[in-house]
Amino acid sequence: MIPAPFDYLAPTTVEEALAALAEHGDDAKLIAGGQSLLPVLRMRLNAPEVVIDLGRIESLRGIRDDGDAIVIGAMTPHSVVGTDPLVAEHAALITRAVEHLADAQVRHRGTFGGALAHADPAGDLGAPALALGAEFVIAGPGGTRTVPAEEFFVDLFETAIGEDEILTEVRIPKHTGWGAHYEKFVRVAHQWPIVAVAATVRTDGDTIAEARIGLTNMDSTPLRAKAVEEALVGQAATADVVRSAAALAADGANPPSDLNGDADYRRHLSTVLTRRAVLAAAGA
Amino acid sequence: MTAVQDAPEGAEKEIGRARRRKEDGRLITGRTRWTDNLNLPGMLHLAMVRSPFAHARINSIDTTEAAEAPNVVAVLTGADLADSQGVCINAWPITPEQVTPTHLPIPTDRVAFAGEIVAVVVARSAAEARDAAELVDVDYEDLPAAIGLKAAVTDEVLAHPDLGTNKSAFWRFDSAEAGTGGDVDEAIAKAREDGIVVEREFRQQRLIPAFMEPRSVVVDPTGEQITVWSATQIPHILRFALAATTGVPESKIRVIAPDVGGGFGGKLQQTPEEMIAFAVARRLGKPVKYTETRSESLMSAHHGRDQWQTLTLAADKEGNVTGLKVELLADLGAYVAIVGGGVPVLGAFMFNAIYKFPAYQFNCQTVLTNTTWTDAYRGAGRPEATFGIERMMDELAAELGVDPLEVRERNWIKHEEFPFTTVAGLEYDSGNYEAATARAMEMFGYDELRAEQKRRREENDPVQLGIGVSTFTEMCGLAPSRVLGSLDYGAGGWEHASVRMLATGTVEVVTGASAHGQGHETAFSQIVADRLGVPFESVEVLHGDTQVAHRGLDTYGSRSLVVGGEALVRAADKVIERAKPFAAHLLEASEDDLTFSDGRFQVAGTDQGIGLTEVAAAAFTAHNLPDGAEPSIDAEATYDPVNFNYPHGTHLCAVEVDTETGAIKMRKYVCCDDIGNVINPLIVAGQVHGGLVQGIAQALWEEAVYDESGTLVSGSFVDYLVPTAADTVSFEVDHTTTPALTNSLGTKGVGEAGTIASTPAVVNAVVDAVRHLGVNDIQMPCTPERVWKAIQGAGDGGPDTQGAAMPHFEGDGVAGNQEQPGTASTEGAGA
Amino acid sequence: MTRINLTVDGAKVADDVEPRMLLVQYLRERLGKTGTVIGCDTSNCGACTVHLDGTSVKSCNVLAVQADGGVVVTIEGLAATYDGGELHPVQEAFRECHGLQCGFCTPGMIMQSTALLEENPNPTEEEIRLGLEGNLCRCTGYHNIVKAVQHAAGQRSGSEQDAGAQA
Repeated sequence: MIPAPFDYLAPTTVEEALAALAEHGDDAKLIAGGQSLLPVLRMRLNAPEVVIDLGRIESLRGIRDDGDAIVIGAMTPHSVVGTDPLVAEHAALITRAVEHLADAQVRHRGTFGGALAHADPAGDLGAPALALGAEFVIAGPGGTRTVPAEEFFVDLFETAIGEDEILTEVRIPKHTGWGAHYEKFVRVAHQWPIVAVAATVRTDGDTIAEARIGLTNMDSTPLRAKAVEEALVGQAATADVVRSAAALAADGANPPSDLNGDADYRRHLSTVLTRRAVLAAAGA
Repeated sequence: MTAVQDAPEGAEKEIGRARRRKEDGRLITGRTRWTDNLNLPGMLHLAMVRSPFAHARINSIDTTEAAEAPNVVAVLTGADLADSQGVCINAWPITPEQVTPTHLPIPTDRVAFAGEIVAVVVARSAAEARDAAELVDVDYEDLPAAIGLKAAVTDEVLAHPDLGTNKSAFWRFDSAEAGTGGDVDEAIAKAREDGIVVEREFRQQRLIPAFMEPRSVVVDPTGEQITVWSATQIPHILRFALAATTGVPESKIRVIAPDVGGGFGGKLQQTPEEMIAFAVARRLGKPVKYTETRSESLMSAHHGRDQWQTLTLAADKEGNVTGLKVELLADLGAYVAIVGGGVPVLGAFMFNAIYKFPAYQFNCQTVLTNTTWTDAYRGAGRPEATFGIERMMDELAAELGVDPLEVRERNWIKHEEFPFTTVAGLEYDSGNYEAATARAMEMFGYDELRAEQKRRREENDPVQLGIGVSTFTEMCGLAPSRVLGSLDYGAGGWEHASVRMLATGTVEVVTGASAHGQGHETAFSQIVADRLGVPFESVEVLHGDTQVAHRGLDTYGSRSLVVGGEALVRAADKVIERAKPFAAHLLEASEDDLTFSDGRFQVAGTDQGIGLTEVAAAAFTAHNLPDGAEPSIDAEATYDPVNFNYPHGTHLCAVEVDTETGAIKMRKYVCCDDIGNVINPLIVAGQVHGGLVQGIAQALWEEAVYDESGTLVSGSFVDYLVPTAADTVSFEVDHTTTPALTNSLGTKGVGEAGTIASTPAVVNAVVDAVRHLGVNDIQMPCTPERVWKAIQGAGDGGPDTQGAAMPHFEGDGVAGNQEQPGTASTEGAGA
Repeated sequence: MTRINLTVDGAKVADDVEPRMLLVQYLRERLGKTGTVIGCDTSNCGACTVHLDGTSVKSCNVLAVQADGGVVVTIEGLAATYDGGELHPVQEAFRECHGLQCGFCTPGMIMQSTALLEENPNPTEEEIRLGLEGNLCRCTGYHNIVKAVQHAAGQRSGSEQDAGAQA
C-alpha cells in the first residue's frame, strides 16, 4: 500500500520550515521520524498535499546540558535519547520509558519530539514528560514560546502546537538522583501499553521526599496522578504505604475501553502498576 | 524392494540425519521468487475496491472518475466480468441438503461481508490503480448484518435473505447408529444417577492464519497456456477450479506456486482475487498482478476456527468415561469456502481422542454470517476437538479431585491394545501414550512443579503457578480417497511422484505436494538418496508447477511426507525395478543373481557390479539395452493411503499467573511427541516449535473480533496479536518412536501436532493456577482482563472482547482500517 | 518527482522518484532488490528491515526521499558489504540452526539480528528476544531464531574486531 500523492519539502532550517507551513497551512503535514505518520498515510487515513520533512534540520537534533535542565532536540531519535548519559543521569525516567518504546527499528528512526507531538495517549513519552514537568519549546511565526507539560497535551492526538508552529525542543528539569521506573503493561511486546505508569521518586533515607507520577493511556491525554504523589510525600517507602497511596491512581481518570480491556480493568491496573512503579523507583 | 534395509552396514543413512536445508542458501541471501517479485513486459496492476459494509445492497457503482484517472486501463465490476469471472467453489458439501450461497468473485447486487470486492481497477502501476480505486463511487444500501454465531443461528437476521435461513448444514455422527459404540444419551442419563456428568460450553475464537507473505497472483495470458503464478498451497486444485468454473480447458492453464511464504491452511483456497486476476488478464490480453496489503489479507483471506462447543461428558464414580456428547455451532462466514463446512467435521473423529469412550455422539450445525469466510487453519477441526476433550478431562479430574494425568491414564488406550478401533470408527494403528507421558513428565520435573504450586497456594502468593496437561492424538495424512468419498468430499487424497534419472548422474524428483516452508526439498532428497543410493546433493526436488508436476493434490493436513513421501518411495522403487533388467543385460548376468544396495547392482558372489547412475547413462544412450526394451528407467507412482496416521504426544506447560493483573507468564513448556520415524530431526523440531507458538497464541493472544456492525476490529497487526520473540519461550522437545504401520517409512505427520496439542495445555495451566480461587474456565484468548475478572468472580470464562481497537492510526477523524459504515454512500474503501 | 542519490549494497544509485514512494518500494521496484519484502502496512512485522546509515530501520516506514544521501544495506548486500565473503555469520547461523522455514521474514530477521549484535555482541536470551520484538515470524516459533543469534554471537566472540567493523 502506498500513500496518496503529495509534494515534498525538505527545509534545512526552522525558519524555512515555518515559512513552508505558513504557505501550505492545512494542506501540509510535518514529518519527523515518520514512524506514526507513515502507516497513517499508507492506509490513506490522511492525505496531506504537502509533506514537510524536518529530518534535514540539523539544529533540531541533539541533547545538551542547560544548567537546571537538559534539553532534547525534537528530532533526536529515541535510540540516541535512550542511551544518552545526560538523560540517564538527570532524567532517568525518560531512559526507562524509551528502553521499551516500540521496537529497535522504530527507536532508530522515531524521534523524541515527533512522538510527543503525535500525542497518542498510549505513547510512552507523554507520561514521563508530564511527571518530570517538561517544557515544550515551540517555534512559530511570531517567535518562540514555551508551554508547560500540563498545557501541552490537549486531547487525543491534539497538543498546544498550533497549525503554523513547530516543536523544536523539550526542556526537562533535572531530577538528578531521583529513582525512576516505567511500568508498562502489554499483552504482546510490540503493542502500545494498555496502561503504563511512569514514576520518579526522591528519597531521603527510607522516606519518600517527593514523588512524581504520570499515567499512560488512562485518558485522552497523559495524566498526572497527583493524589498518589501527595499521599506519598513524607511516607516510608513500604509496600503497605505505597499500596494505599497507589489506590488513588485512577482518581479522576477516564480511561478507554477497547480490545485489550475495559475502563474498569484499566482503573484497577493503574493502581497495581503505580504501586509497582513507585516501589521500584524508590528502590524498595 | 527393501533397498534401504539391504544397505551394507556402515553406509551412512540420510534418513534420520539433521541435514541443513537445501532451501536456505537462497532464502538467507534474498535470492527469492515470491509471486510479488515477478515483473513481466506490459504487466498491469490491479487494485480492489472493497465494501466497508458487512451487508449491503449495491444500488449503483460509478466508475467514471476512476476510469479517467492517470494510466488507468480499465475499471471493472461484477456485471462487466459476468460469467468470465467463474465462481468460488465449495468442494465439500457436508450434507446433500447443505445450503450453499453462490460465491461470485465480484458480486453484482449485494455484498455479504466487509472487505468483499465490488470492483477492480486496472492501471499501469500499483500506485495508480490504488489511487483510482479511491475514486470509485459505490452507492450502498446498508442491510442488517448477521454477526455472531448464537445470534445468527436464530435466523432473526439473515446473512443471505434469499436463502431463508442461516443454517447451512447439520452433520451428525452417532456411535449407536454407526455400530461403533453405545447410546450416548443412555450413558449420560445413567451417569446423572450414579456417576459424574461434566457439562461445559467452550468458545473457539475466530483466528486468522496470518501467513507472513501476503497473497499475490500474477496471470500471463500471452502464451498458448494461460500461466498463473500464485502464493498458494494448492496449485493443482486451483487449476482444476479455474478450469471447472470458467470454461477454459484445464490443458490451457498452467499454475505455478513459486516461493510461497507460509500458508497454515490460509492459502488452501480458490480465492476471488485469483479468479478476478484470471478474468482480467484474459479480457485485456496482458499480464496482470495483484498483491494484497496486510489489511486486505486480514479482512478477506479466510479465517479459521470460530465455534461454540457444548460438551457433555459422562463417567462413573471412579472416573472411567462412559460417554461424550458434542454439540457444535460453527461459523462459516459469508460463504462456504472450499473446505468450509468440512473443517468442523474433521474434528468429528477426534473428540474421543486417545480415550476409550463406549458411547459418543457428534453434532455440528454450520451457520452463515456476514463475516469473512472461514476454512482450514493449522489443524483444521482437530485443534477444536483436542481442546474440547483435553479441557473436559481436566474438568473431570477436578471433579474427582485427582491429578489430571491420572484420570487420563485410567481412560487411555494402552499400548498393548493397538491396533484399536475407536468409538468414532477409526483404526489407530500404533501408539504408546504411556511412554510419551513418562518421558514428558521426566523432562518437565512434574513433581517438583506440583510441590511449588502447593507452596505458592499455601503462602497465598500473588503469583500462582498452574500446570497444564494435553495428551493429544490427531488423524493426519489427508487422506484415503474412499474415506473422503464417503464424506462427500469432492476429490481424492492420493499423491503423485516421479523420479527422473538424468544421464549425467543426478536425479530429478517431482512431487505433487507443494511446499511453502516445510523443507520438502531437503527431506525428500534424504528419502530418495537412501532409496536409490545416490548422494543427497545429487537429488533435485521439483514441485509447485502444474507443467512440471502434472499430477498432485498439494500440501495441507500433514500429508506431504506420509502420502507424498510414500509415493516417492514407490516411484524410486520402480526405478530400481526398471533398471534391474538393464543392469543384468550390461553385466551379462541373470536378474535373479542381482542384488541392489547402496546405489549398485551386484552379481551375487562376485565383485561384478554396476551403479544405478551408470545404468541411467546406458538408458540415455540406449546403445546396448535388452532387445525391445523401452529406453528409460524413469518411473512414477501414485499413492492412495489406506488409512490416516495417528501421531500423538504429551505436552506439559507451566504458567505463572499474576493474580493482581491477570498477566500470564509462561514458565516452562515441554513436549514428547510420537511421530513415528523421523526423516530430518531438525525440520521436525522446527515444525513442532512453530506449531506450538501458533497453538499457544490461540490460548493467549489472537482473536479476530468484529463489532456489532460487522467491521473487523482486529484488522491490522496492531490489534490482531501475533506474538513476537519477546512473548515466547524456548521449548524442550523430545520424541518417542512408535513407527506407523501404514506406510513403508513408518512416518507420521508432524506439521500440525504442536498447534493441536498446545492450546489446551496452556488453558489447562491457566485454569489450574487459579482453580483454587473458584475459577473453572477462562475463555480464549485468556487475556489478562479475562483472567483477572475470572478471579474477581465476574463470571465464568470472563467477558466477551470489547469491539473496539486502540486508535493509534487515527487520521483526521477516520479510524480503523477502512471507512466507517453509517453513510448511505461512500467512496471505494481501500485497505 | 524528486531526485535521490543513495548507496545501496555498495553501489551508487540515482533516480527520480515520487515523494510518496516508500524506501522498500524503491528497493524492490526500481532497483530490483526483491530480497527485501513487504509483510504489513503498520510497520509491525519487520520483514522489510534494512540498514540505513548503519542502523536497522523498517524500509516500509521510510520514504525513499528521506533516505536521500544515505547508505543502505539489504539482505542481498549483507555478505558482500561484510567482508566480501560468501555469507555473513548471522546468515550462516540461520542456516546452521534452522532459523527459517518459509523464509519470508528471514531477510528482516537477519538484518535486525545483525544490528542487534552490533549494539550488543553478547546478548542474553532475553536481550535477543527483546531485540527482535519488531519482527514477526509465523513459522519457527522463534526458538531456532534465538538459537541462531546465540550461535552467531558465539562465532563472533572469537573475532570481535571483524564484527565491530561492519555496518
